[in-house]
Amino acid sequence: MSTARSEILDRIAAAVGGSPESTPVLRAYRRAGALSAPDRVACFCERVGDYRADVRRIEPTAVAAAIEAACREHGARRLVVPSGLPAAWRPGGVELVDDEALTPRELDALDGVATGCTVAIADSGTIVLAAGPAEGRRAITLVPDLHICVVEEAQIVELVPEATAVLDDLVARERRPLTLISGPSATSDIELSRVEGVHGPRTLVVLVVAKETP
Amino acid sequence: MKAPAESFPVAARRELANAQLRTNLRNATDTIRAKRARVVDEVPDWEELREAGRSIKADVLRHLDEYLVRFESAVESAGGHVHWARDAAEANAVVVEVARAHDADEVVKMKSLTTDEIELNRALEAAGIHALETDFAELILQLDGDWPSHILVPAIHRNRTEIRDLFARTIAPGIESDDPRDLAEAARVYLRERFLDARVGVSGANFGVAETGTICVVESEGNGRMCTTLPAVLVTVLGIEKLLPRFADLEVFLQLLPRSSTGERMNPYTSLWTGVSDGDGPQELHVVLLDNGRTRVLRDEVGRQALQCIRCSACLNVCPVYSRTGGHAYGSVYPGPIGAILTPQLVGIENAPSLPFASSLCGACYDVCPVKIDIPSVLLHLRSLAVGAKASPAERTAFRGIAWLFGSRKRFALAERVGRLAQRPLARGGVIRRLPPPLDAWTRTRDLKPLARESFRDWWARTRR
Repeated sequence: MSTARSEILDRIAAAVGGSPESTPVLRAYRRAGALSAPDRVACFCERVGDYRADVRRIEPTAVAAAIEAACREHGARRLVVPSGLPAAWRPGGVELVDDEALTPRELDALDGVATGCTVAIADSGTIVLAAGPAEGRRAITLVPDLHICVVEEAQIVELVPEATAVLDDLVARERRPLTLISGPSATSDIELSRVEGVHGPRTLVVLVVAKETP
Repeated sequence: MKAPAESFPVAARRELANAQLRTNLRNATDTIRAKRARVVDEVPDWEELREAGRSIKADVLRHLDEYLVRFESAVESAGGHVHWARDAAEANAVVVEVARAHDADEVVKMKSLTTDEIELNRALEAAGIHALETDFAELILQLDGDWPSHILVPAIHRNRTEIRDLFARTIAPGIESDDPRDLAEAARVYLRERFLDARVGVSGANFGVAETGTICVVESEGNGRMCTTLPAVLVTVLGIEKLLPRFADLEVFLQLLPRSSTGERMNPYTSLWTGVSDGDGPQELHVVLLDNGRTRVLRDEVGRQALQCIRCSACLNVCPVYSRTGGHAYGSVYPGPIGAILTPQLVGIENAPSLPFASSLCGACYDVCPVKIDIPSVLLHLRSLAVGAKASPAERTAFRGIAWLFGSRKRFALAERVGRLAQRPLARGGVIRRLPPPLDAWTRTRDLKPLARESFRDWWARTRR
């Protein structure tokens, strides 16, 4: 294919070589948020909720109990969890299966998944998973039907550019795969009527954990 | 890329007769347009984002060769294989080869205009490999041998009962409900089995980052995540114009694209991967860099901006022509205003000369374009090329005559007087419905306003003496 490569590159050079230099990129858009911390968290909760995710605000000590409650409500008995999920988040009343290279079929036999996240964006109601220890492989948050995601208030930024600033290094240096999640999967393909839950988890529960009071 | 099989006016006339298409389309375009307006209005720096989007893309095109080489080396050092394809056949051959190397008789595929453009499915089929479309709408169309009518909602011309009947005949025997919820569930059940066992996935891409080799796919349903995560092998076909220089540039496009496209603040799922990640996702990655006419578009300094397109489909939804004819009339995988400037440039203006005329030049497409492609200017530019290619000597002479007539005040006044006399037998009820040949070309599709009984000059002379 090296001939295709050199031919395409030659075609491009011939096509644009004589063109005037492009104007410098103007980044006059907002790159830092203006909301106070409580407003930022409120905005995140509202916008994630707009996508029909189930948002619950909880105290730092209540993560395990909240995961257990969500499982009970959705009839989930067996959860896959990434191996780095903090011990304090692991509920007692649910069977936890640590992800050790489970196959897609093994994942399909489980009821749900519980993870943390790397950063969350208030403006767009988005959670970003970056394959961190508490987030795990991409497949575990994809195949099971229930995703319970723990978001700590300190992880919430206001704007998309603030999130890319956090992620830049993880991608450039560590080549981490990213998944941005904004509500459960959805389709509007039939007569534009929205259906939640096609291939990804049909239920997304977001647990927003308050900051520890010092 | 294949040129449209028939001219736009011929195809449009047929499509306009389809009442269901027009109703569904009107509903879809109105709804998405309103949603888009709402989420765009709430962004205070939308114009700044548009300008950044435009200038980033313009920079990519101006230095495309450098960015491609940088992207190639980033992908390769992250464990991926990069293939270059001058045309559809070369790109398809890569995918066939990869599938064969893994003994796959089926590949799972996410929705991708680029792979539609190169007719990848047909090429795979010819090699005995089934390409399973996993996007809900694409699956519907594939099961029925139909093709997309809208970039974003490809099956918008089909109704729920039709889809129920189709599913009953194919993937869900016995299904009775036509509730979209139940139809989506039927597709989920059918596709899940195929996802779990798939060995090779095929994707397009929304963006490729030159700096890091990262590939970005935005979607709603999760089928894209399935295709790019579960199979052991992934082939991504990427138009060469899809690059962005830096990872940080995504912060602009991840705001522009979803709000312009589905009218959401963010689409449900965005996947980004950088080469191969140990133990996570496909362990073999192939990236096909596709030219297929793009370097030809690049040669035209005016038309080049069509390559800035990020395939959001906002211009379709606001277009008075598209929202009536639908996508099939454009005879290309790229319909609507963007198709009217992209298709003729990809296949050569002589092979799609009617498409630049499929517009009223109202400019709504330019207003909504998230990367500020000046579609009306490119349309005019392409029109002049189309006419220049086959200008009729009679028309040229006629216009020279008109220029002479209008060039002097006396001659112009005389022409007015003659015109006023000549139109007498033609004007009925304040309009001229039909002009005599050869001028009837004008009145075949529209009425003509007759000359006023008295010109402004005459009125001025009569009253202000």
